[in-house]
Amino acid sequence: MDPLTEAITVDLATQPVRALNAELHSPSSKAYEVLAPAGAHAVAAGIDSGISVDVRGHVGYYAAGMNDGGVVTIHGNAGTGVAENMMSGTVRVTGDASQSAGATAHGGLLVIDGSASMRCGISMKGVDIVVGGSVGPMSGFMAQAGRMVVCCDAGDGLGDSIYEARLYVRGAVGALGADCVEKPMRDEHRAELAELLAAAGLEHDVTEFRRYGSARRLYHFHSEQAGSY
Amino acid sequence: MTPSPAERGLRESATFDRATIAGIRHAAATGVYDIRGWGAKRAVPHFDDLLFLGASMSRYPLEGYRERCDTDVVLGSRNAKYPLHLDTPVTIAGMSFGALSGQAKEALGRGASEVGTSTTTGDGGMTAEERGQSKTLVYQYLPSRYGMNPTDLRKADAIEVVLGQGAKPGGGGMLLGQKISDRVAGMRTLPAGIDQRSACRHPDWTGPDDLAIKILELREITDWEKPVYVKVGATRTYYDVKLAVAAGADVVVVDGMQGGTAATQDVFIEHVGIPTLAAIPQAVQALQELGLHRHGVQLIASGGIRTGADVAKAMALGADAVAIGTAALIALGDNSPEYAAEYEALGSAAGFYDDFQDGRDPAGITTQDPELAARLDPVRAGKQLANYLRVLTMEAQTIARACGKSHVRHLEPEDLVALTIEAAAMARVPLAGTEWIPGNTKRSGAGPSTGRNTHA
Ligand SMILES: Cc1cc2nc3c(=O)[nH]c(=O)nc-3n(C[C@H](O)[C@H](O)[C@H](O)COP(=O)(O)O)c2cc1C
Repeated sequence: MDPLTEAITVDLATQPVRALNAELHSPSSKAYEVLAPAGAHAVAAGIDSGISVDVRGHVGYYAAGMNDGGVVTIHGNAGTGVAENMMSGTVRVTGDASQSAGATAHGGLLVIDGSASMRCGISMKGVDIVVGGSVGPMSGFMAQAGRMVVCCDAGDGLGDSIYEARLYVRGAVGALGADCVEKPMRDEHRAELAELLAAAGLEHDVTEFRRYGSARRLYHFHSEQAGSY
Repeated sequence: MTPSPAERGLRESATFDRATIAGIRHAAATGVYDIRGWGAKRAVPHFDDLLFLGASMSRYPLEGYRERCDTDVVLGSRNAKYPLHLDTPVTIAGMSFGALSGQAKEALGRGASEVGTSTTTGDGGMTAEERGQSKTLVYQYLPSRYGMNPTDLRKADAIEVVLGQGAKPGGGGMLLGQKISDRVAGMRTLPAGIDQRSACRHPDWTGPDDLAIKILELREITDWEKPVYVKVGATRTYYDVKLAVAAGADVVVVDGMQGGTAATQDVFIEHVGIPTLAAIPQAVQALQELGLHRHGVQLIASGGIRTGADVAKAMALGADAVAIGTAALIALGDNSPEYAAEYEALGSAAGFYDDFQDGRDPAGITTQDPELAARLDPVRAGKQLANYLRVLTMEAQTIARACGKSHVRHLEPEDLVALTIEAAAMARVPLAGTEWIPGNTKRSGAGPSTGRNTHA
């Protein structure tokens, strides 16, 4: 077998995360399998090439942080800040994700098959996030750009102080955050939603979703709106 | 000529002075609070309130110019594969592209590199100009994460996690629409022309335990090569420094309340935080108790550093290096009398201009207007900054030699006395001519003691 395509297995029960990440930063293979992550932090952080990494188990904070091109699948749950500041590539969590999933991410696709906790997509800057379940409160806080799809419900404060990101939610939405409003679903929105669901490998009827975005009322400081800041 | 109000025997109120009256009138007329640049303008106990005890009978001075007095400093040796080696302990503080023009950032890089010190990015990412011209560049990691990306992170020489700034501890950044040009908007992923407010808290961690994991992640991404700084605005400095060190900081940056800013509410600038003079001894005490002062974790102090005397005093109190913002901008040409007429036309005056938020800086420094920015020649301005940094360094050396020290870092609290009771209490050095350090009674139990620091 071609050594470049044969998956290298790294067992975190015997190897430190630091050795794993050093290997992933100058990869000798195109595919990796990581065993026994046992909630370790910063697993597969800082990937900067198109390698694929399959992590078998639960990870701690900042898994696949700042991913730039890698295809990372976490076969388990992820702690805080999975795929934070991702630039490109794909990160998939087959279980649930904790807080701040995809925080500040600039690009790529983050798929969470289960649900994500609070502040999913906080300050997102261009990433696409698709959540198969629900997201917790304050998701999409100050979301600047990119798209977030939630296939079940969204908690209170959705899209608070949102800029230009577009949010799609299929289920119930709690109280909307400051300056976040429901917007009409036009054909182009249904089309991009269908693309995002397809990219995530999820099947839903796009007509069941509603779209949320910025009313752009907080784009300039006015003292009459002091209560909203 | 008509006599002035004072000549006519009119008495100005100390409580309602002219600036206060103007503030009330501005609020009443506009309904908006004052947002401005610069730092605190009120007088607070400062380095001016300290004096050095030069050598005489009991101490040998060193010969000026002939006997060596070194100024180099190593930052970030605790965990990083590549700590920074600087020739002078005077560094350039983080100031964003966005707040400053590309030309100003380039000039800062040129000036700093010429004298062998570092510059720092800011809230808005790294520009090619500053990376290109800065031999040693510290990359800020801020709550907004504008322009944050792993490629630039790897290009940096050190990473500074910003928790706060002396001008606004507990507050986030602001950049008003006038300065959100297409380039700035593109770097920050924001619509051009909006009034931008940056978050005051980091989006993916909340407390010191989380910060430890965040720092670990940054180290993992950059393969443990780069020093990691943590910057805090001076408030509960003793505790903040202990927590920053526990979270893994290699270098702690403490920015006093006088510290400059590009745009902050005036009420925040003037009323939140503690003076640099009060913050340094607290930070030093924290590091000493951890056994890391001068052995492991370095302290950078900033906020109101103007002269080599300030540098020497900050170091004597226990800082390993200092950072300058406002003074560096002045060295580049900010508030220059050359533009006196234009400052007047903006309703200000050379030496008073603080509308950095406004984007109309005649000197071309705090602006994104291409015509104004083009006024600043980065080569000439960089030379001026290099000159100024050399003066600061030589002045600090002059004082260190006079105190008999062969390295500026050897200055110590024992070399200092205070002119006022307030400064004596804050800096924990005796009032001049006395043995008295107000509050110097060791308290039992937890919390900062007020005992005098000696660099054991
Ligand atoms: C124009 C300007 C922009 C600044 N931008 C930032 C910034 O982006 N991030 C930051 O941590 N501090 C920023 N600061 C604060 C400086 O890093 C530094 O803490 C302060 O200027 C030090 O005080 P000094 O101005 O009295 O020297 C800025 C200061 C100024 C004057």
